[in-house]
Parts: sequence; structure tokens; C-alpha cells
Amino acid sequence: MTPTLLTHYTATTCLGHGMAPLIAALREQRGGLVPCEFETARLDTYVGVVAGLEAEQLPRHLRHYDCRNNRLAQLGLRQDGFLQDVEASIARVGRRRFGLFLGTSTSGIQEAEFAYRNRDAATGALPVTFCYPGTHNTYSVAAFLRELLEIEGPTAVISTACSSSAKVFGNAARMLQAGLIDAALVGGVDSLCLTTLYGFHSLQLTARGPCCPFAADRDGLSIGEAAAFALLQRVDRPPAVSIALLGIGESNDAHHLSAPRPDGLGATLAMQAALREASLEPHQIDYVNLHGTATPSNDRAEGRAVASLLGAHTPCSSTKGATGHTLGAAGALEALISAASVAGGFMPGGINTSQADPSLGVEYLTSTRFAPVRRVLSNSFGFGGTNCSLVIGRLA
Amino acid sequence: MTVLSAHIDGIAVLGPGLASWSATESILAGRAPYVPARTILPAATALPAAERRRAGRVVQLVIATGLDAAEGAGLDPATLVSVFASSGGDGDNCHELCQALASPERQVSPTRFHNSVHNAPAGYWSIATRAMTSSTSICAYDRSFSAGLLEAMVQVATIRQPVLLLAYDVDYPFPLRAVRRIPDAFGLALVLVPARTGRSIVQLTMQLCDAMQEACEPSDLESLRIAIPAARSLSLLRLIARRERRTIGFEHLGSTSLSAAISPC
Repeated sequence: MTPTLLTHYTATTCLGHGMAPLIAALREQRGGLVPCEFETARLDTYVGVVAGLEAEQLPRHLRHYDCRNNRLAQLGLRQDGFLQDVEASIARVGRRRFGLFLGTSTSGIQEAEFAYRNRDAATGALPVTFCYPGTHNTYSVAAFLRELLEIEGPTAVISTACSSSAKVFGNAARMLQAGLIDAALVGGVDSLCLTTLYGFHSLQLTARGPCCPFAADRDGLSIGEAAAFALLQRVDRPPAVSIALLGIGESNDAHHLSAPRPDGLGATLAMQAALREASLEPHQIDYVNLHGTATPSNDRAEGRAVASLLGAHTPCSSTKGATGHTLGAAGALEALISAASVAGGFMPGGINTSQADPSLGVEYLTSTRFAPVRRVLSNSFGFGGTNCSLVIGRLA
Repeated sequence: MTVLSAHIDGIAVLGPGLASWSATESILAGRAPYVPARTILPAATALPAAERRRAGRVVQLVIATGLDAAEGAGLDPATLVSVFASSGGDGDNCHELCQALASPERQVSPTRFHNSVHNAPAGYWSIATRAMTSSTSICAYDRSFSAGLLEAMVQVATIRQPVLLLAYDVDYPFPLRAVRRIPDAFGLALVLVPARTGRSIVQLTMQLCDAMQEACEPSDLESLRIAIPAARSLSLLRLIARRERRTIGFEHLGSTSLSAAISPC
């Protein structure tokens, strides 16, 4: 594929608003997970909560989009001067030539959770205040940002569980390649809700403490929330030092709705396809940002796939110990962490994991390594057997 | 303006009073009357028994139409890249989940939870067909069909491989039905290929354009076209059924539309 310039980006997580607190925490190996006191959830687990969403207000004319997920989107968009960058890009290429592709898994389902708790006692009807298209519907975050930013180009939400916002990089790259657009806003927004907290709990996949990816005693994931956005533009005259999406690979496990293929074949196919698109050999990858959810079966399958393709000595880690698993936002968040890793010359040490599981056969970093990083492979896998790998790196 | 082009090698339809593509084709071509009836969904026999028990109507719909379209195109479904487009996915499952979370015990079924992801139909499809190829699941609310069609056409143009587009919606149960009035299930599957083959039915060309008015259907089918997002495809299907060289518009979003035209093979 033609490399796609990743010119501006921002992320908001439980570690803070914008890239600076995220990068500082990852470099210094600090985490943001706290015991779960989210809403009325009473579960013995840890979560990553974004501060300030209660106070966030949507513009008056867009109030029908008001929900935790869209507040998070708006708060996230404002950080790092990103909103201005997007507006400048829209002005440069024109509204019609600017695309919008976002990933989310649960959108504003929290509003439906509230509505179901407040049904009319006599009729069972949902409250009239519940706005389904603006909140609960999977598309709502893109509908909201499309109106907020007055974008008129192709727009869609990709919702493939925990690979959603990795895959949107592919949608934008293909539209750029086909010549339909000149720039795109891509990213992922997913917010805490009872559906995912109780849902993962029902599958016995939530950890009791802060999750510890790739540890021998890992016992499940910690759910987080995040908004992560990037501006993608065509490479015409790339700046001397620039970071780009070099390749994307997508596959399916064809195995089970919620369990990965034990042999990791689906993950391997996605990584191979990403390398092929980037015209790279496995040894040219400097660091792997693992999906690394910290569930026993996910990490086992991913470890097997990474070890078989990249060998036992490519440094890798999961940043979910610090941010939590931000589900539909994880793909974009970790793509941006990968970009920051290339820009800043560091490979984040995974936290909460004192010793990596030796049976996984990979070089799992438990302390941050400071060294030049040219190319990162970032993995995102999800329910339904969906797999997506991105290669982010410097243009040669 | 960039013009996207593909050949349509396989078509499948299931909807209210529309039992197959050949039946739909006769109705749209004016050779048979439209008789409204509830959509009949066949059991998803392609799935292993354990998965079949867990699969809802939305899964039955995509497996039936997807297999039918692949067969029409003479292609092994396992080899097809896929684009799944739905305005909201599985309403029955969503209702059960929300109801469980509103109860004091909050006993969520693990199967309900994993079936709640928008890409659950894509997951079941891949299990049924053993397709390990790339697959995406897209949503643009009432414009999910045109968003899915655009994405599928872009994939054909960029990866130059056959792409299976599945557009589908099912009705929601009470009380969600009051906020999302979809009357019945409708599913469409198209196999789009980059170059003409012996199986090609029509060539489809598409481009982004200024806002265009959408082509309407005669009375009964018009109410269906408006009521179910995936049924917005009926105007395209009518062109195909009549082998009509005419350009029609799909409202994409706001001031942007997609124009589509066919030429018979």
C-alpha cells in the first residue's frame, strides 16, 4: 500500500487528557486503573475511568447526542490542539474530500441501560427522553462528530468489537488510495457501561486486581475507556521526519465468538498481511504493541502467533496494564502509542506484570526500554474472531 | 470525480414477501405481483449445532443470503472478503441484555453478551464458512446500506478481489420497537468482482456526488424501502431486475449522495 501520513493525533484515557500524561505514564510505568466504583456497578474488579466527563457539555443544538460516549469524544477531540488541526485540514481539502471513520463497540448503550431501568410501570415503555439514534445506535459518535465538525465526506462507524478502531485506519487508507478523499479523521471512542462490565464478568474474563498481561498468573482484563483520534493524509511531499501507517492486515479466526483460536493462526494471518502490505520482513519490526488483554487464552494464542512469526527476541509489551482494555477504542489508542513510541524512541514496559510467563516464548518488556524505534507492529483482536494488525513507522 | 466500478456476480435477497432473488427479480421487473408476507428465515444449517443454538435471526439472515449469493457467483464463500452493513444489529439480543442489566440480579448471559457485538453475524458467518479472510462490520444508521456498498466498492477497487456485501436489518422487540420502528427482517447479499466473468449479471458504477433525490418504488415496495434501512437497496435491485441503464441516487449523508448506474452484461 501507499504509506498514509499520520500527521496529528491525540488520546484521552484514564491516565489523563491528551498525549502528554499518557506518554509520561508509559515511560515511567505508572498505571491509571482503580477499584471499580463506576455508576452502580458492584464488581470485584479494576477499571480505567476518564476524569471530567460529568462536566462535559455538548453544544445546545447537538444535545440529542448527549451520552457518556459522545462527551468522551468531544473532550478527547479538544486535547493537544487536535480540533484546530482537524479544522485546518478540512479547510485545506474541502468538506466533501474529508472522511470520518470511527470505531466503537458499545457506543452510547449506557443511555439504553438507564432507559430500561426507568420503564413506565404500567406500560413497560421506555422514557420519552431516550434518544436512540443520537446515543445508543452504533453510528451515533460519527453522526455527532460529523455535525460538530461539519464534515461532508464519506462517514461510517466500524464496529468489530475490540479491533474496531484499528480497522478504521484501513477504511481511510483505502478511500485515500481510491481517490475519494484527501484526508480523514479516524479513531475510536468507547466508554464504560454496565453492559461490558457485567458482560465480561459473566464470561469470567475480568481480573480482580489491575490486569497483568502476559504474566503467568494473569487472571483476566481490566476495562477502560478512551477517545483516540488521528488525522490521516495522503503522502504527496512528506516532511523529512514523518510517521506513517505503513501497512494493515485483517483476518478472521473462523473459530468461536468469544475465544481465540488456540493456535493463533488468525492473529498470524493478520500480522503477515500487515507486513506484506508494508513490504517488510519480520526482523524489521523493532517492537510489538501486543493486544495483550491478560486473559489466559488470549495471551496464550497471541504469544504463540508472535513467537512463531517474529521469533523469541522481538521486544513486545501490552499497555493495557496502564490504560485498561479500552475495547472499541483500543486499536486507535495503541496505534497512537506506537506512533509516540517511534517519535520518542521508547518501548513501554508492561506494568503489573513482575515476570512474564516463560511458556509464552516472547521477549516481554517489564521495564521501559529507551532506544530508537523505527517500526512498530500493533495488534488488535476481538470477539467474533476479528483480527487487525497495523504497522506504524518512519517513512524510509 | 473518482468512478468506482465492479461487476455483480451473485445476488441474494430475503425480505417480507421476497423469498429469493429470482422471486424479487420477477416482482421488480413487473412480471409478478408483490404479495406482502412475513419474512421467512431458514435455519442456519451451515453452523455447527452448538453455534446454531446460540445464533439469532440476524445470523440466519446473513448466512442464508451470503451462501446464496456466493453460490450464484460460483465462488467458495471461504475465499470472499466481506463487508457486513447493518443499522443496528440484533434487537432481540439487545433487549434481553438491557432487561437483564435492569433487573436487581444483573445476571447477564455470557452468550447474550458475546452475541451483542455488531460483528457477531460476521463471526458466525466465518465459523459457518471457515472464511479467515478480512471482514468488516459497518454502521451508518439509516444509511448503512449505502455506506456498506461504498466500502465494498472501494475494497474491490483497491484490493482487486471479489467482495461479499451483506446488508441486513431485523425488527426490534418491545419496548425498543417504539424508538426503532423496523417492521420485519430484510437482507441482501451481493458478490462484487473486479472484472467481468462468465457469471457477471451487470456492471455497477458508482461515484460520490451532490445531493440527489432517491428513486422511489411503487406503493407497497416504497413503504418497505423506507421502513427497513437495508431495503434502501430496492431501487438498485429494480435497475438490475429491469437491466435498466439509468443513474439513481442514494442519499449518503447530508449534502452528499452516491450515484449508481448499471450496464447489463
